[in-house]
Amino acid sequence: MTCHVPGVLKIVLQRLALGLVTLFVVSIVIFVAVNALPGDFAQVILGQGATPEAVAAIRRDLALDEPLVTRYVGWLGAILTGDLGTSFAQLNFQSSLGGGEMKTVASQIAPRFANTIFLAGVTAAIAVPVAVALGVLAALYRGSVFDRFTNIFTLSSVSSPEFFLAYMLILFLAVLNPMLPSLSNIYDGMAFSERLRATMLPALTLTLIVLAQMMRMTRAAIINLLASPYIEMARLKGISPMRVIVRHALPNALAPIINVIALNLAYLITGVVVVEVVFVYPGIGQLFVDAVKIRDIPVVQACCLIFAAAYILLNLTADILSILSNPRLRHPK
Amino acid sequence: MTALLYVSGALLACLALGWLGRRIAQTTTGNAPRYRDMPLAVAFGYAFSALLLGLGVWFYFQPTATEAGIPRASVMFFRWAVQGFVIFALAAFVFRLAGRHVGPAGSRKMFRNMPLTAAFGILMILIYAVVAIFAGQIAPHGQAEVFNAVNVLPGGNPATGGNPEFPLGTDQIGRDLLSRLIYGAQNTVGIAFITTLLAFFIGGSLGFLAATLQGWLDQLLSRGVDVLMAIPSLIFALLLMTIASAWAGSEKWLLTVYMVIIIAVIDSTRVFRLARAVGLNIVVMDYIEAAKLRGEGLRYLIFDEILPNALAPLLAEFGLRFCFVFLTIASLSFLGVGIQPPLADWGTMVRDLAQFINFAAFSPLTATLPLLAAGAIALLTVAVNFVVDWMLHKSSGLKE
Repeated sequence: MTCHVPGVLKIVLQRLALGLVTLFVVSIVIFVAVNALPGDFAQVILGQGATPEAVAAIRRDLALDEPLVTRYVGWLGAILTGDLGTSFAQLNFQSSLGGGEMKTVASQIAPRFANTIFLAGVTAAIAVPVAVALGVLAALYRGSVFDRFTNIFTLSSVSSPEFFLAYMLILFLAVLNPMLPSLSNIYDGMAFSERLRATMLPALTLTLIVLAQMMRMTRAAIINLLASPYIEMARLKGISPMRVIVRHALPNALAPIINVIALNLAYLITGVVVVEVVFVYPGIGQLFVDAVKIRDIPVVQACCLIFAAAYILLNLTADILSILSNPRLRHPK
Repeated sequence: MTALLYVSGALLACLALGWLGRRIAQTTTGNAPRYRDMPLAVAFGYAFSALLLGLGVWFYFQPTATEAGIPRASVMFFRWAVQGFVIFALAAFVFRLAGRHVGPAGSRKMFRNMPLTAAFGILMILIYAVVAIFAGQIAPHGQAEVFNAVNVLPGGNPATGGNPEFPLGTDQIGRDLLSRLIYGAQNTVGIAFITTLLAFFIGGSLGFLAATLQGWLDQLLSRGVDVLMAIPSLIFALLLMTIASAWAGSEKWLLTVYMVIIIAVIDSTRVFRLARAVGLNIVVMDYIEAAKLRGEGLRYLIFDEILPNALAPLLAEFGLRFCFVFLTIASLSFLGVGIQPPLADWGTMVRDLAQFINFAAFSPLTATLPLLAAGAIALLTVAVNFVVDWMLHKSSGLKE
């Protein structure tokens, strides 16, 4: 990727603009969806025990008496300046007990977001090398017992629900053989090794979920190339099968593999919600589910927007990487 | 740390054994090509699998309890897993054998070159269908029937806190778990099936419509679907469920209906994409042109010309989509916002019973309860995936 021809730059910029537009439209969808709530929902959400002040505060916070467009512009403007609003639970708590410092949604989300990124990072660090290695091996010994066994294993793991894999891992790695903690207790000022240990079980669960897709795509991408004339040539030169694959096939299969890895990291976003709930991992997914249960609209909205943004960003990355890794697009005639 | 040392030592020993075994085979067979050209990695693989197999057999025949009478849960779980695997494999084998010799010629031919995994998948789907349809007849008790026996342990042995009337025990408010598990098939699978049908109806008809009419309608629908697909589906479903729960208020059954509609709409976007793509390939065919010239209406074009030709890819998609919908519903129920009580469903059962997993070391039977419900979900999705995998493999012309 030495010289960036303007043609490529143009395509990349186009994709980026498209991503921004998508994000904008998604924000409209989320906003409109939330505004489909029944009119008196402040009372409904807070229940019988709600103080009138809290109900009034919610009405004021959402500015329910103003027209929809004005509200949307105000909401979007606030988000762009980093103000995600105040959680209803906080409002209710505040108005019934009074005093104390009010926590904004942004300050609630920030540390949890970092935790989730850490979990995703650990998962990627385990899953990507293992998936590529297994994929290469399966391509090398395609049709063998090993290939068939990995095929069945990965197909089973990708089609099982996240919580099934999670409880299986808890059963074997936390209860029967107490190696790892079954609850992820993460706190500030934790040593890195301790933190890694607490994150290990959720990360392993997520690894099992994304591993299969990555591995199968690596295998398929390599097998696709094995019929090419240059592979035949390398084979006829007498190079060992492993070397043929690693030196000749893998570099050319890199584009689809990178694409699949980015797409699967996007898939992690959905998986992370259930896994965080199982392991009580203090990430953004758990915050989201808790907020959904108590119908804490500002938190739900903010989390939803963050998830959607991350999803769009990763899909965009997959797109751009696959353009960049294609020499024909990089060096147009 | 010592465990790591043991594992790496065993791996090294495997490598040495593999090398040695290959060397011995080379000399005894007079350098036969099979052993002469065998890479060390393959030899290692043979030694490693032999070691695993040996370990497995040794572990299987370990006693299930220590001399003090404390159960050894890991041995019991391993035995159950092995027995389950063998029973399922045997059942699939017998089923395939029966399929090869009984029934019409067409199905016999289909069974002849079917992999064992696909036979297993078909068998499982049949069993689930029967249990789901006849749940009311199979289940010993009603799904919401509350008995005067709370927290009965599974096993049916009164000496260990069981009750022969409730083989899997009862939950914390006294409902029979076996019945709830069986009714779960009806509720969870049934609701997922209805949702998938609805998603196919919406997505399929809109997709074909967009492909046939094209123009502004196609643009409008496609861009709309693009936006909906930019939000991860579980996240979007959770957002909409929040709003639906505010609308449903205290009427729990209404929430289940809303969930069906929400998930059907979200999943119909994926169906729309496929139906439109397949439809676009079909509308350029000559027979569509001929039908248009004959003056056939839109309804005829879509249902009598396009639909029959698009059935094969849509059927494979139906299997995959069903798995997705099924897993989404199970996940929502697991998170507590899906199918609402008193309906029995597997996702909720997993969440309610999850704590029992911590008792695995003392009472392995109790610990299997949440795994049974979760496993029931996993087994069906795995089975459908096996069948779809085989169908796709077959339709792709049996290439790699």
